[in-house]
Amino acid sequence: MTMAGPGGAGGARVQIEGVHKAFGVDGRSTPALIDVSLEVQAGELLCLLGPSGCGKSTLLNIVAGFIPPTRGRVRVDGAPIAGPGPERGVVFQEYALFPWLTVAQNVEFGPRLMGVPAARRREVVARYLDMVGLGEHATKFPVQLSGGMKQRVAIARALANNPSIVLMDEPFGALDAQTREVMQEELSRIQRVEHKTIVFVTHSIREAVYLADRIVVMTSSPGRVKDVFTIKLPEARDRFAAEFTRYESEITRVVKEEVAKVRE
Amino acid sequence: MSTVTDLVQWGLRGAPLPRRRALGLRLGAVLAFLGLWSLASGLVVLLGLFNPIFLAGPWRVLGKVAELAVNGQLWGHVAATLERVAVGFATGAVLALGLGLPAGHFRLVRNLLEPIVEILRPVPPLAMLPLFIVWVGIGETSKIAFITYATFFPMFLTTVHAVQHVDPLLLRAATSLGARRARLFCRVVLPAALPEILTGIRLGVALSFFVIVISEFIGAEEGLGYLINDGRNFFLVEQMLGAAIVLGFLGYGGNGLVVLLERRWLRWERPPTS
Repeated sequence: MTMAGPGGAGGARVQIEGVHKAFGVDGRSTPALIDVSLEVQAGELLCLLGPSGCGKSTLLNIVAGFIPPTRGRVRVDGAPIAGPGPERGVVFQEYALFPWLTVAQNVEFGPRLMGVPAARRREVVARYLDMVGLGEHATKFPVQLSGGMKQRVAIARALANNPSIVLMDEPFGALDAQTREVMQEELSRIQRVEHKTIVFVTHSIREAVYLADRIVVMTSSPGRVKDVFTIKLPEARDRFAAEFTRYESEITRVVKEEVAKVRE
Repeated sequence: MSTVTDLVQWGLRGAPLPRRRALGLRLGAVLAFLGLWSLASGLVVLLGLFNPIFLAGPWRVLGKVAELAVNGQLWGHVAATLERVAVGFATGAVLALGLGLPAGHFRLVRNLLEPIVEILRPVPPLAMLPLFIVWVGIGETSKIAFITYATFFPMFLTTVHAVQHVDPLLLRAATSLGARRARLFCRVVLPAALPEILTGIRLGVALSFFVIVISEFIGAEEGLGYLINDGRNFFLVEQMLGAAIVLGFLGYGGNGLVVLLERRWLRWERPPTS
């Protein structure tokens, strides 16, 4: 593990054990995931990478507890999961902010459910809004924000609930290229402070190499684990470093094999 | 005409007019309407087209309304109509929300209620009015029940639809933040469904003014519908038109109340730009 600092202080271990998922279409069952077994270490940022339709989002939704696996199970710090829970925060590609709540109220949503007292809630909201650079937008409504700002609020909302695991489903997929890189840098900076266990779904190889401690490349549909890469790069990564590019081209070669299969 | 740039910026909604100008346009339209009406009734008198009693001029109608207002008769009728509308609509709304919210949320409740509602819904409420009179008599109860019955369906159906179609992504987000059952419902389902529920309530308010008149035609001694029917019996066209205009204003006011609620509760849809 390349993560420095108090490794895994805020994180939990995730064990994905022999997970199968099949979706029934017109009475016929189509496999989406076949025998996926993975272990995500506490405080690790793991990227799930693969061509679209490879089942990486399905796997994330199973870990989140939104859909049950057909076979196999997921355990968090040893305990099997049953449904979604506040220890597993989720950041969606479509932001999923509550449009009737202000930015601050969105961030406060989780702590309020937990019964955190108002004074403490204000501190938490201020801390996480500052962390994502939105301190001045606390009273705005989601419709008044840009895509990048919405996703910052969604990240702050997930973190303010103090989950041990954060599941991110192509969170920067809808953003423009520049905003996307800025958000990657922010996430990597935040992770150096928070040390959550993060499972990050993406189809961008560059994004994965920039963020991940480990990258899991999945096969095209049905999804299996094809290859696992450990990224041994310094914490603050340089997208133009020779090492970075070497990882990028190595992983690109593996992913291309899968994309080619889809074409056939 | 809106220019292309306006269209691009504001869509078909159009750029907001300055307040004074918007008010001026509205007043102008009302005055133009009164002008046309005066002209028509004046022509009837001048050309002797038909008995001018059939189309009284607006000033005579408004004079009649003023006369009824001054001698106090009008207020009793307005109060009677408003009371029936308020009680009937409120009962309809309570029933529609009380049954619609659980029906939207729980498949079991929906499966129990939907067939009954779907069979009753195509029956015009008017067809039920004689039955109500037979069941509960010709007094206040049948009039109120009639409004309740007529307004229930649109409000119930919009409520069920609103709850059923809450974005599942929001529910996922809320459950992953720890929301369950009652709190998931109160903090996510309800606010997410509110815009559509309010649209249903707006329909209900409009419909209650729509049907009250019909029920006041039959066996009422008070109310604006009675005033219209009484005017028909005694050939008081001014009174008929006057009562209709007062009803128009009451309906307009009722709609205004719902719009106020929408502005207050749905501020997040169009927050003031700062």
